[in-house]
Amino acid sequence: MSEPRKKVIVLGKLGLDGHDHGAKVVARALIDAGYEVIYTGLRQTPASIAAIAREHNADVIALSSMAGSHLPFCRKLKDMLVQSGLADRVWMIGGNLPAQDHEELRKLGFKGVFPSSSRLDDIVAYVKANLHD
Amino acid sequence: MTDPKGTRPVINESGIEIQPLYGPADVERTGGTSMVGAPGEYPFTRGIHSLMYRKQPFTMRQYTGFATAAATNQRFHYLIANGQTGLNVAFDLPTQCGLDSDEPQAEGEIGRVGMAVDTLQDFEIAFEGIDLDKITVSLTINGAAPQLIAMYLAMAEKRGFDVKGLRGTAQNDILKEFIGRGTWIYPVEPSIRLVGDTIEYCAKHAPKYSPVSVCGYHIRESGADPAQEMAYAFAIAKAYADEVVRRGLSIDEFAGRLSFNFNIFGNIFEQVAKFRAGRGLWASIMHDEYAATKPGSMWMRMIAAGGGGGLTIEQPEVNIVRGAYYALISALSGAQTMALCCYDEAYTIPSEYAQRISLRTMQLLIEEMGLADTVDPLGGSWYVETLTNQMRDKMRKIMVDLDANGGIVRQVATGEIQAQVSRQAYRMLRDIQSGRFRKVGINCYKTEGAEQAEVEMHPYNEHDAQAQIASLNDVRKSRDAAVVKKSLTALRDAAASGKNVMPAMMDAVKAYATVGEMTREMVQVFGRYQEPVRF
Repeated sequence: MSEPRKKVIVLGKLGLDGHDHGAKVVARALIDAGYEVIYTGLRQTPASIAAIAREHNADVIALSSMAGSHLPFCRKLKDMLVQSGLADRVWMIGGNLPAQDHEELRKLGFKGVFPSSSRLDDIVAYVKANLHD
Repeated sequence: MTDPKGTRPVINESGIEIQPLYGPADVERTGGTSMVGAPGEYPFTRGIHSLMYRKQPFTMRQYTGFATAAATNQRFHYLIANGQTGLNVAFDLPTQCGLDSDEPQAEGEIGRVGMAVDTLQDFEIAFEGIDLDKITVSLTINGAAPQLIAMYLAMAEKRGFDVKGLRGTAQNDILKEFIGRGTWIYPVEPSIRLVGDTIEYCAKHAPKYSPVSVCGYHIRESGADPAQEMAYAFAIAKAYADEVVRRGLSIDEFAGRLSFNFNIFGNIFEQVAKFRAGRGLWASIMHDEYAATKPGSMWMRMIAAGGGGGLTIEQPEVNIVRGAYYALISALSGAQTMALCCYDEAYTIPSEYAQRISLRTMQLLIEEMGLADTVDPLGGSWYVETLTNQMRDKMRKIMVDLDANGGIVRQVATGEIQAQVSRQAYRMLRDIQSGRFRKVGINCYKTEGAEQAEVEMHPYNEHDAQAQIASLNDVRKSRDAAVVKKSLTALRDAAASGKNVMPAMMDAVKAYATVGEMTREMVQVFGRYQEPVRF
């Protein structure tokens, strides 16, 4: 019997912000937890993240945002992920996300919201709990 | 944290084991006092000037900028009215990445994390009413530094200041942008060339201006330990110096205007030793390896600032106290300039209130706490002198290892350094989350239910973004299109021919060419950086 395919997480760094410390740390934690992580690198647009997620048939689309542009970005990305047939995947976002924005992010479909200082173990546990085998 | 026998090992972040007690034998064992010297004299371990703050206290320079030039100008005046003695300008991400406000990638980011700049007009507005002879200005700009340095010089010239005597600083440290922070534009090699162009141009035309501030700061924020922070910054500064020396300038023609930007969070004594050690090491590098003869060429002039990596989302008011200790570190270390991350900065662009608290923190040190009374007050402490010797050895070894592995430029280009610091950041975060590395409010002394205090959020104003685009369009309509076109062609020709781009950049800026237009000309010649994604 062949090994089951590892679940694929596309971790995208959205917009122009270059603070990728958090994204890389979370990527490492998810790899250590046994997932395949495609980290996109900086300067991604909604279209490029949707394309990478589609190309890898991502099970999880995770975003990192530190510079405050998460809402306009996620509004656009939502439509693109839906058009790409990825509406049933796990969408999550982490970074500098003010509490007042969490509800809208969840409404847009980014149900896993992990503001700065979230625990790595909680992020991994969320992925595990929300991926259906 | 009790340890009745005092036998549990204590190891600082740089990997040095700390003893329960130090004496003169420890100083001798680690290299003695030959590198201590006197302040203002080689090797400058105790300070680059003989009288230091006694003559002139550190400059206070809070990082500020948001929305439009007009809004930022107001905040500048507020800070100056409150006793701030320098400015440090934050630019929005489109500006930092060389984009105009109306390019598609700029959408949603205009004026968000700093002030938007499209043309010289924005600089004219931002610095209106500010005496550039009295208030020195630092521009936190890297990828688009040639454009913005040109704008600053052109603006000062138009205002009637003599650029020959103009002081100020640009961050302009692109190598660290590849390691952390990420506002690169062109590939590594042409990026270094552009840094060389700005240093060479300023050495000839604006000799008091500091065209580069080499940043260990962001490398530390990305996961480097304090010794690596200094060693990597020195290696980067050497790469820029090599680029300029290669062009035929003597080291003494420009090294005096190189400056540094370092981080101040962490263990107090480790940081103070780090800075004292760094001053001696940099002086010896300039003296021994580059044969510098002017004292100024050997000075490790620095802003020791920030501390963002040490601040927490949890119990944000405690960040005010952390900030006070960080300011103390900076003053004990003989920094030329100080700035503090504000207590609310993990949440938002700092409020005026938070900025004022940071400013008052620094003023307290000078006015009430006696930090400006005497030079290098920790000098002669057996602990600090021992640690200074040990930190210097650590830094030296890291630099030797770097060179043995291909040098900093190659290691940045391949992403090796990026991978190394991000692995360290991961280990550190694991240590914090497991409680091995203590962090108040995170893994000890947590306050249930009150972790996230009320912080006044800085609103993003879509109206300001639209106003910025409208004003950009007005400038485009009112300028002389033929002059702009000619200046942009000249800029591209300079880039392609290997000539210094700065004279052409000055002409383009004065013709009100936009940041994006100038960037696109150079991208046509240099191409764009392709990030080696490694972690």
